Parts: sequence; structure tokens; C-alpha cells
Amino acid sequence: MEAVQIRRKKDGRINIKVGNKVDQVVTWTLIILSILTIVAFAFFNYAGLEIKSAMTETAYNLKVMFLQPAISHFSMEEAIYQMVITLGLAFLATVIGAVIAFFLSLMAAANLSNKWTVRIVRVFVAIIRAVPTVLWVLIFAIAAGLGSEAAILGMLFHSVAYLVKAFSEAFEEVDKGIIEALQATGANWWHIVTRGVMPSTFTYLLSWVFLRFEINFGVAVAMGAAAGAGGIGFELFMASGFYFDLKEVGFITYGILIIAIVLEVISTRLKKRYFPANSN
Amino acid sequence: MALLKVEGLGKSYTSDKKILKNINLEINPGEFVSIIGPSGAGKSTFLRCINRMVEFNEGKITFNQQDVGSLNKRELRRMRTNIGMVFQHYNLVPRLTVIENVLHGRFGYKTTMQGILGRYTEEEKERAFELLEKLGIQEHAYKRCDQLSGGQQQRVGICRALIQEPKLVLCDEPIASLDPNSSKIIMDHLKAITTELGITCLVNLHQVDVAQNYSDRIIGLNQGEIVFEGASHQLSEEQIHKIYGTKTKELIIA
Amino acid sequence: MNEKAMRKNRWQSVIFLLIIIVLTYWSSFITQFNFWDGLVTIPEATGWMLSNLSITQDSLERLPKIMETLVETIFMSIAATTLAAAVSLFLGLFGSNTTKVNSFLSVFARFVASVSRNIPVVAWSLILLISFGQNSVTGFLALFVGTVGFLTRAFMESMDEVGQSSVEALTATGATYFQIVSKAVIPQCLPQMLSWILFMIETNIRSATLVGILTGTGIGYTFDMYYKTLNYNAVGLVTLCIVIAVILVDLISNYIRKVIL
Repeated sequence: MEAVQIRRKKDGRINIKVGNKVDQVVTWTLIILSILTIVAFAFFNYAGLEIKSAMTETAYNLKVMFLQPAISHFSMEEAIYQMVITLGLAFLATVIGAVIAFFLSLMAAANLSNKWTVRIVRVFVAIIRAVPTVLWVLIFAIAAGLGSEAAILGMLFHSVAYLVKAFSEAFEEVDKGIIEALQATGANWWHIVTRGVMPSTFTYLLSWVFLRFEINFGVAVAMGAAAGAGGIGFELFMASGFYFDLKEVGFITYGILIIAIVLEVISTRLKKRYFPANSN
Repeated sequence: MALLKVEGLGKSYTSDKKILKNINLEINPGEFVSIIGPSGAGKSTFLRCINRMVEFNEGKITFNQQDVGSLNKRELRRMRTNIGMVFQHYNLVPRLTVIENVLHGRFGYKTTMQGILGRYTEEEKERAFELLEKLGIQEHAYKRCDQLSGGQQQRVGICRALIQEPKLVLCDEPIASLDPNSSKIIMDHLKAITTELGITCLVNLHQVDVAQNYSDRIIGLNQGEIVFEGASHQLSEEQIHKIYGTKTKELIIA
Repeated sequence: MNEKAMRKNRWQSVIFLLIIIVLTYWSSFITQFNFWDGLVTIPEATGWMLSNLSITQDSLERLPKIMETLVETIFMSIAATTLAAAVSLFLGLFGSNTTKVNSFLSVFARFVASVSRNIPVVAWSLILLISFGQNSVTGFLALFVGTVGFLTRAFMESMDEVGQSSVEALTATGATYFQIVSKAVIPQCLPQMLSWILFMIETNIRSATLVGILTGTGIGYTFDMYYKTLNYNAVGLVTLCIVIAVILVDLISNYIRKVIL
């Protein structure tokens, strides 16, 4: 009786692991990732790299940047103005993205749309998401001419993809009873959306939009630097790539850091308030 | 010679409110003692002071001839291996198997590395299975803990405490989250620990009738003070009233 | 809800909407964004893309070179994420309320995470580029720093969710700190943490393109090169390769996530 229950290894020792699928997959994923990481270092292109001097130099540069920030190529007002431009780019991409995403997500929510529309919208969104934002911006820059239009259109794509996913999941969580009750009264689709779905999800959607705004701020900085979209990102690129002015790089980095932290604090508060269980 | 001796114990988190006030207590080896009292009386805090899961501010606790308050980190760990603990919410690691959870009780005897690598001796594993069998849950040994019912999980918790080979087991509301049936099973097992294995048990309870049925001795706690101490049969309605400060009939029924 | 409250609610919505509209208008003005111009360019741009980004025989010949840099980029992202995860594990342990050692280390971990997360990856690339020069290590480090910030926060939240209960139980048995961490905390949050790591690998492949453009490495550099030499067919092919790579990684990680969560 007693021995039947105990599982033993081949050498007679008692086994305490069960080895279920979850554990196996977790273990193997970790092993494969570790191997790939080691292999990666063999693949790297080490052209012109001298680790030791680079490290000490970076340490020195960081010290200069963060301990002696200063501006020399533009004025304080200019810096603030550029910062506002970056915020403006992020804001526009977020707001327009939210409007488009709202309509698309109605089509992508399984409980408000038919099966095929849902699938088509989702595949479309997945493909859009797969193209890095910077490529969208650069492609639009040649296709539509340089300027803020290209930057915003490029950023728009990812904002829409991100928000469609978030919105449609929020819509799908709406109580089935509410929708059925409205259908029973003979309400049409728009009535269901505006009276049944919107009121119960509106604040939730708004906090997602704000989370995206936080992300878009970082993206807008990046687009300024990598795609010439203007704003503080471009100044950062100029300061480091053309003037090699570490103090100015430090100053700009501080500016970005402050805004990013303010946005993060706000979005953490929103998350705590509207997503108490899980912020994933 | 008392196994556990508490003298003038006091505990406060803030300066104005004392959770425990001047607690004096002696517990002898092989005793089954219950602590009863309303919620917020300081029962849980008192239990946690004994193995210093909570640091106390005043007084002295002597366990097994050792001054608990003066132990350094290493000595404290050594002492904790001699004190098993059973919790209201079982406090198991839900994703791991029953047998792994039981073996966690051996960590106090191991080096950090042995623990991390999960090196257990064959004797320890055999002992774990014996304990599971004794508590009647051997067939679940390889199941994940979150697949078990509350009563079964609590039995795993008891096994984890027993594999430590403790001299004393502290039970913090062990049946508060269980149905009456499972509660009886758990209390019977705890009683058996004392009668069969000779391990001392100190149990926090809020059901007066359960305490009366199982205990050698009952301690009544109210607002951080001991208001009653004596054998089960000495506990009168009047004294229960004093401990809880309410009509007792309802409490006994509840 | 009474009528007064409803009216107040409606007023709030109207004011909120007005603020959004004013801000939108103002942002358009500052950034010189013309909504209609933008709208009009979409069909135009789509047409341009269809006619210019098509893949030709000539661009296919460049495929081996493109694949090489793509593989380099993917490896770079994986290495940066995995090593960042190892560092974040410790920072997360120190920062989480469940497992914190002392409040100094906790504040330190949170500070490091916040700074490295909130300085955009572009800034890190540009800063590192100055002394590390144009090679994979620069890109790797830039991704690494940003990932440490993100994963530390994610790990910290996962560990906080585990809660105090099993940690308390193991402390009571006399277990040491690392025994508790490895047997009570990690087993419970490992699937969640792995899911975050996979998410970050995916994100990093996309960011690696951006970092590559700035630091002159990997697929980003390849893209930039063709882009600047106006070889748009090759640009199309590079984009397609990235899309396929990202979607593949996405599919794999979704499969793993489905099994483990």
C-alpha cells in the first residue's frame, strides 16, 4: 500500500518533481534563451570597440552630462518650445489614434461584431504592429513629404494597433446581460454601443489612452532623433551627433526625464484606480 | 521545567496603543493549550512574538532554556526549526507539489545552497511520505497544492510543521477558514500530535466550544491582556463573557 | 442618479471634450500639422508604397546580406533582454515589498529602474554611441539599459502579487533569505516573469531597428543605408523581413504564454 504511492527514480531515489508541461516549457524556454544569449556574443560585430576605454569614457561622459547640465546652442525658451512640440506630436498621435481605434475596436470586439470582421481587423492590426514605428515614419516621409504629417501618421499606426487591442478587450468584458437587454428592447447597434457599452467602459478607455500618451511621448522623442520629426528629440540628436556637447545632452536628458516621470506618476495613479487587479 | 516561559511581554506598533500588555505565561512539554479571544485581541501577534516573526518591545521569552529576544540571526533560525507553525490560510506555495511543500519544512537544517538546489536526503523524503500517510493525504503527494481542498491544504501545512521535528507547534487560527467537517479532522490531528508524538501545541482559536473540547488548558485574551487562565472545565459562562465582552450564547452557536 | 447630478456629469463631459479639442487644435498649430493634408496624403502614400516598395529580382539578391543583419539584430535583442532579466531579477527582489532586504536597497532599486526606464532608448543610444562607437555592443547596451528599467518594474509587481503568506511560512521554518526567494517567490511568479521577458524580446526587436538607425548597426543600419541611397525596393524587402521576424517571434511567444499562464 505504502510503496505504491511513492514514485522513484531509476536509481531508487524518491522523486519529488512531477515534471508537468508548464514546468517543462518554462525550463526549456529559459535554457534556449540562455544559449541564444551566449551565441549572440559570438555573432556581434565588435568593430572598433575597446571595452575598457569605452567604459571609462562613458562613465566620464555620464558624469559630465548629469553633473554639469547646460545649454549653449539654444535658449531656455527654445528648449521649452521644443519640448512642447514633442508633447504636441505625442498628443495628436494619441488623440487621432484613439478616435480611429475606437471605431476599429468596435469591429474587433467579438461581442459587437461578426467573426470575419473581427479576424480581418485583428490580422490587419498585427501586421501594422510588426512594422517598427520609425520605419512607418521614414516611409511616410518619402511617400508624403517630410514634416509633422509623416511623424504623426507613422506614430498613429502603432497607437491605433495598441489601442484597438486594449479597447476591444474592454468591450468584450462588458456584461452580456446589458447588451441582451438592449437588444430585447429593439435597440439598434448604435444604441447598444452608445447607451450600453460606452457608459460602462468610458473611464477605462480613457486611462488606456493616457497610458498610450505616455508611450507616445517616448516615441515622439525617438522620431525626432531618428526621423528628423523635430522637437526635443531632434535637438538631442544634434547635441550628441553634431556638436558633441555633453553638457547640452545632459540638459536635454534631464528635461525628458522630468516629463517622463511626471507622466509615469499620473499613469500609475490611473492604473491603481482603474485596473486594481492587473495592469497587464 | 517549562518549555516556554513568557514574562512581562509587551508589544506596541505605535507609542499610544499597546497590542500586548504584560503577558506572563508558562507552558510545559506535552501540553495542548488554546488561546481564545475576540478578533483584535492580539492573539496572532502574541503567537508571532514567540518565534520572533514579530519583534516584541518589552519582557522576556524563554524557549527551551534560550532567551529568544537575545538570539542573533543564525541562532534565531536554529531556534525556529524547533517551532513549527500552522497558518489560517495554510500559506503553501500553490504552484508546487504537496511533497515539495512538505519538504520546505527542512530548510532550517540545510545550507542555503542545499535549499536552493532542493537537495533532500532519502530519509527526509521517506519521512515526508510517512507524515502524509499519517494525515491521510498520501495519494495527493504529487498534486499541485492549489488543486487541493482547504482541509487537505491545512493537512499539508501540518506536515510541513511536523517534518521540522519541532518541540512546539504554533497554530494561528488553523480552522477559521474551514467547514465544520474539515475543522474536526484538523483539530483531531492537532490533538494527536500532542498525545501521540508528545509535541506541545499552542493554538489560537475563536470557537470557544472547540477550545473546550480539545485543550488541556485555556488562556483568554482581551485587548492584549490575559483575563483568564485555567483548565477547560474551569471556564464558566461568566468568564467567557469577560473575555468576549458580549453575550456568549451567540458565540458558542457561531 | 438625480437630475442635478446628471446635468453636472454632462457639463463635465462637455468641458472635458472642449479641452481636448482646444489642445488638439493648439498642438496642430505648434507642430504645423494639417489634418486634411495628412488625410489626403494617406491614399497618395499608399499608392507610392505599392508602386515603389515592391520587391524585385534585384532586391532579392540582397536578401542574404539583409538576413545576416536581421539575425544579428534578433540575437542582440535576445541577449539584451535575457541579461537585463538577470539584473532585473535582483533589482526586483530588492525593490518588491514581499522580498525587500532593507528600505535603502528598495529605494535604490526603484530609483535605478525609474531612471533607466524613463530616459528613452534613443537617448541611451546617442549617449553610448559617443564612446562605444559604431558596433553591436552600443545597440546591445542601449537596449539593455532600457529593458532593465522596464523588467524591474514588471518583476517587482509580479513579486508583490505573490504576497507575504508563503514567505512568512518559510521564514517560520528557519529558512534563509535565498531559500525563501528560490522556493517560495520565484516558483510562483516565474511564468508571469517569463511572459514579460518574451514581451520585451518582441518589443526590443522593434526598438533594435530604431537603435540600429542611430548607432549604425544591425537591420536598422541596413534599412537606413538603402533608404538614403533611394533603393526603395530593398527598403521594402527589409521591412517585409522585419515584419515576418516580429510576427514569428510573436507567434512563438504567444504559444509559450498560452501553455504557461
